[in-house]
Amino acid sequence: MHRGRITVVALLLLAAGMAGSVWASRELDSMHDQIALQEVLYLPSAKTVKAISLGYDGLMADIYWTRVVQYYGRKHHADSLTYKLLPPLLDITTTLDPHLDIAFQFGAFFLSQKPPQGAGNPDAGIALVKKGIANNPTHWRLYYDLGFIYWMEKKDFKSAAQTFATGAHVPGAMPWMWTIAGAMAQGGDEMEMARTLWTEILKETKDPTIRSNALDRLASINSDEAVLQLQKRVDDYQERFGRKPNSMRELVDARLLPGIPLDPAGNPYGIDPFGEVVLKDPAKVPFATKGLGHGVEATPLYYNKFAVEDKRKKEREQKATAATARPTDRKQ
Amino acid sequence: MIGRIRCIAFNTFREAVRDRVLYNLIVFALLLIGSSLVLGQISIGIEKIVLVNLGLTAISIFGVVIAIFIGIGLVSKEIDKKTLYTVLARPVKRWEFIVGKFAGLIGTLSVNAGLMALGFFAALLFEQHKFEQTDVYLLAALYFILLEFVIVTAVAVLFSSFSTPLFSTIFSFALFAVGTFGDDLRGFAATTHGLTKFALTAAAYLVPNLSTFNVISLVAHDQPVMGRLIALNTLYAVCYSTLVVTGAVLIFERRNLK
Repeated sequence: MHRGRITVVALLLLAAGMAGSVWASRELDSMHDQIALQEVLYLPSAKTVKAISLGYDGLMADIYWTRVVQYYGRKHHADSLTYKLLPPLLDITTTLDPHLDIAFQFGAFFLSQKPPQGAGNPDAGIALVKKGIANNPTHWRLYYDLGFIYWMEKKDFKSAAQTFATGAHVPGAMPWMWTIAGAMAQGGDEMEMARTLWTEILKETKDPTIRSNALDRLASINSDEAVLQLQKRVDDYQERFGRKPNSMRELVDARLLPGIPLDPAGNPYGIDPFGEVVLKDPAKVPFATKGLGHGVEATPLYYNKFAVEDKRKKEREQKATAATARPTDRKQ
Repeated sequence: MIGRIRCIAFNTFREAVRDRVLYNLIVFALLLIGSSLVLGQISIGIEKIVLVNLGLTAISIFGVVIAIFIGIGLVSKEIDKKTLYTVLARPVKRWEFIVGKFAGLIGTLSVNAGLMALGFFAALLFEQHKFEQTDVYLLAALYFILLEFVIVTAVAVLFSSFSTPLFSTIFSFALFAVGTFGDDLRGFAATTHGLTKFALTAAAYLVPNLSTFNVISLVAHDQPVMGRLIALNTLYAVCYSTLVVTGAVLIFERRNLK
C-alpha cells in the first residue's frame, strides 16, 4: 500500500518533471535566438584558434566547419539579411585546415549569394576561393567556383573567362572548363579572347561533339561581331538622315554598306521595327548573343533559341492578359 | 521525514569532505585559476577574458568531475560496505535515502564551488585591483555552473541506483558530453521528418540540455545575463533533476538488495 503510494507520487513527479523540463527547454530555445542576436565571435583570430588547438588543427577545423554550416543554416532558415560571423568563421576554418576544399567551395557560395540566400558579399567569397587556390593550386574545381562568382555575382565576364581558362589548364580539369571560358569571353563582349579560346579548343580536341560545338561558337562570335559593326552603320544612318533605316537595302543605298551582309548560316541580316540589327533565324546560329531581337537577352552558355522562345511566350501571355482585361474595361 | 533526509545529507557531506581526492581536485582547480593570471599576461588585451574563461571553465569541469566521481559511488559504496543495510534497518525509507544522498552531494559541491569561486574572485581582484559593476554577471555564470552540478549529480545518482561504478562513470560522462551539445541535437531534430524527427526530438528532450547553462563566454565579454534566462534555467534544472531523481527513486525502490 505504502509502496503503491510512493509509486503514484513518483510517477506524478516524473510527469511533472518531464513536462516542466520540456516546457522550460522550449522557452530556452526561443531565448537562444535572442541571445544569438548579440553576434560575437569570442576568438576572432584564426591564428589564436590554431595556437590553442594544440596541434589538433584538423579536428578543430571540422568543428569550426560544422559551426559555419549550423550558423548559415540557422540564419538562412530565419531569412536573415545579415551573416556577420560568416566571414570570420570561414577564415578560421580554412586557416585551421587550408586543404578543406568543401569549406572554400560552399563557404564562397554562402558568402556570395544575395541575402537571404547568403551574405551578399561576393568580394569576400572571391577572397576565400583565392585563398583556397593559393593553398591548393592543383584543385581545378576551385577555379570553377571562382569563375562562377565572377560570372553570376559580379557580372565580370572577363575575369570569369580568365579564371575558367586558367582552371582549364590545371591537370585533371574537365574539358568543359574551356567551353565555359569561351562562352564567358563571348558573353562579356571579349570577342578576341573568346575567339582565341575556341580556336585553342578546336586545335586541342579530337572529340567530334566538342569540335562541332567550337565551330558553332566561332561562327556565333563572327556573327556577334558582325551585328555590332552593322549596328554602328545603323547609328551612322540615323545621324545622317534623322531616322533609323527600315532595311539593310537602305544602308546599301546610302553607301554605308557595299552589299547586304549574310550571317554564318547564309541568311541576310535584317533590321527590326526598333532599328536593331537582327538575325533572320537565330536558331541557325545557336550561340549568337547579339541580333536576337528587341529585348531578348541570351546567356552565352545556352542555346539562344531558349531566350527567343521565352520572349515570344511572354509576349503571348501579355496579349492574352490584355485581351481578357478589355471586356471588363468596357463593362466599367 | 525532513529530519531523516537532512541527517543523510549531512552524513554524505561529512563523508565527502573527508575524501582527500576532493581536496586534490580543488587545489588543482585553484592552481589552474592562478595560472590563468600568467596566461593572461602573455597575451594582449584579453587578460580578464582569459582569466574568466579559464577560471569558470576550471570550476565547471572540476565540479562536474567531482559530481560524477562522488555521485556514482553514493549508492554502490553503501552496498559494498554493507552500511546501506544498517541505514535501511532504521526507520528510513529508500526514497529518503536517495534524496538525502542527492542533497548531501549538492551541498558538498556548493561548498567546493564556493571555495573555487573565492579563489577565482581573488585572482580577479589581483588582476583588476578592484571589482567592476559588470563582474556581477560572473555570479550569474557561477549560479548556472551550480545548476549544471545539480543536473549532473542527479544523473550520477540515477546511474548509481542500478549500475556498477565503472558503468555509471561512463554513462554519466557520456550523458554530460551529449548534454553539452543539446542545442545541436534539437537543431538536428528540427531538420528531420517523420519517425526520425519524433525519435530525435524525444531523445533531445530526454538528455540534459547543459548548453543552456554555459554563459562563460558571454560574461567574459561583460555581456549581461537576462533575468528570464536565469528564471528559466532555474526552472529547467529543478524540473529535470526532479525527473531524474524520481527515476532513481523508482528504480531503487524496486531493487533487490539481498
